[in-house]
Amino acid sequence: MSKLFSEKTKQVFLGPLSKNNPITVQVLGICSALAVTSKLEPALVMGISVTIIVAFSNVIISLLRNTIPNRIRIIVQLVVVAALVTVVSEILKAYAYDVSVQLSVYIGLIITNCILMGRLEAFAMSNKPWESFVDGLGNGFGYAWILVAVAFFRELLGSGSLLGFKVIPHAFYQAGYVNNGLMILPPMALILVACIIWVHRSRNKELQEK
Amino acid sequence: MNTNSNGYTIIYATVMVVIVALMLAIVSSVLKDTQTANIELDKKKQILNSLKIDLEGQDAAALYDKYIVKEMVINHNAEVIDTTKFCAFKIDFLKELAKKQEDKRLPVYIANVDGKIKYIFSLRGTGLWGPIWGYIALNENRNSIFGSYFSHASETPGLGAEIAYKPFQYTLIDKKILADDLSFKSISVLKPDNNPNNEYEIDGIAGGTITSKAVEKMIFNCLGEYNAFFNQSNNGGTK
Repeated sequence: MSKLFSEKTKQVFLGPLSKNNPITVQVLGICSALAVTSKLEPALVMGISVTIIVAFSNVIISLLRNTIPNRIRIIVQLVVVAALVTVVSEILKAYAYDVSVQLSVYIGLIITNCILMGRLEAFAMSNKPWESFVDGLGNGFGYAWILVAVAFFRELLGSGSLLGFKVIPHAFYQAGYVNNGLMILPPMALILVACIIWVHRSRNKELQEK
Repeated sequence: MNTNSNGYTIIYATVMVVIVALMLAIVSSVLKDTQTANIELDKKKQILNSLKIDLEGQDAAALYDKYIVKEMVINHNAEVIDTTKFCAFKIDFLKELAKKQEDKRLPVYIANVDGKIKYIFSLRGTGLWGPIWGYIALNENRNSIFGSYFSHASETPGLGAEIAYKPFQYTLIDKKILADDLSFKSISVLKPDNNPNNEYEIDGIAGGTITSKAVEKMIFNCLGEYNAFFNQSNNGGTK
């Protein structure tokens, strides 16, 4: 056990959740982060999908890392990612059809998500499978919690609901409360991500540029 | 082993591609049945939407069985070819539209909403960027529109894509498709703000003119196939 959760592995997992977060610090993969966050449900599904895909493609690439011919390594990484994405997308079509319609092209676009290629090339190619798996989980969760946080505020303030359930009482609307339509539109996702980065940086002074 | 030689690289790539292809083929064939069931359920929801039925949190398959009382397939002379269960549902309308006039098998769904008979017809067409489709429900007189549903693959969000929302779909309600002499007239989609004031015109979408016109063309082309059926009265004779 102690070997499985060594200090380094812990760092590999916890880093991407905060000080090395793929979205707020490395600013990777924000395209999809902006696109699927107007509702909580697709954001959750997207977060889980990316976490699964990044973790398993990390493991596969890490297992193969010593056999992969150097000249075609990017192609090999892409094939592994594309195969996993296709499998996830087929499973969604079979068991969560509405969500897959909502996410439409974005599931397919996970293939081009910068986080995946970044982790495969930077971590999995030079680390053991277990660490790579943990690194994938860490980065996936790091990506997912930002998505969920943004989607939480966008759905709550934009539609007055969470996961499709109305949470703002009817009395509020009668008293003149109105849903903020701007929250549903893409620019608000950018502004919310910026707010998270702002809070994040003011709490972690070492992230600020001199 | 030299992992950088040409031979190794080629063999590696070949083996990898074959394994991945095999894996994807297996996944696809295992999940096919569930996916088809989902697509069929989605089609049922679309048909029910044209009847203005609220599907929120309800079992669409059960509602479909409740409201759609009969399905039939007719030819362009309005002669009934088939009335078995799901005979209309199974038809790929897009393929039928491409056939010769006398070979076309046209689906008609007959619904019973609060004791009133409604006829539902499939619509298929091309929008600005990709296919558009929908269903249109007519009242018992086979002339005035009871409700409609449109959807699209890739129209511009906020502009052409507005056809998929109720404000546009509801403008069609109570409009008519037949002229006074019972000839087929269809619905015209006007440029916005041209004040549609008669029962054959609706407002288009500002900024979505090409999609709006595509909807007009789709309604004209698809409902045009049913001309003989519209002129028939409910008991089979002419109106």
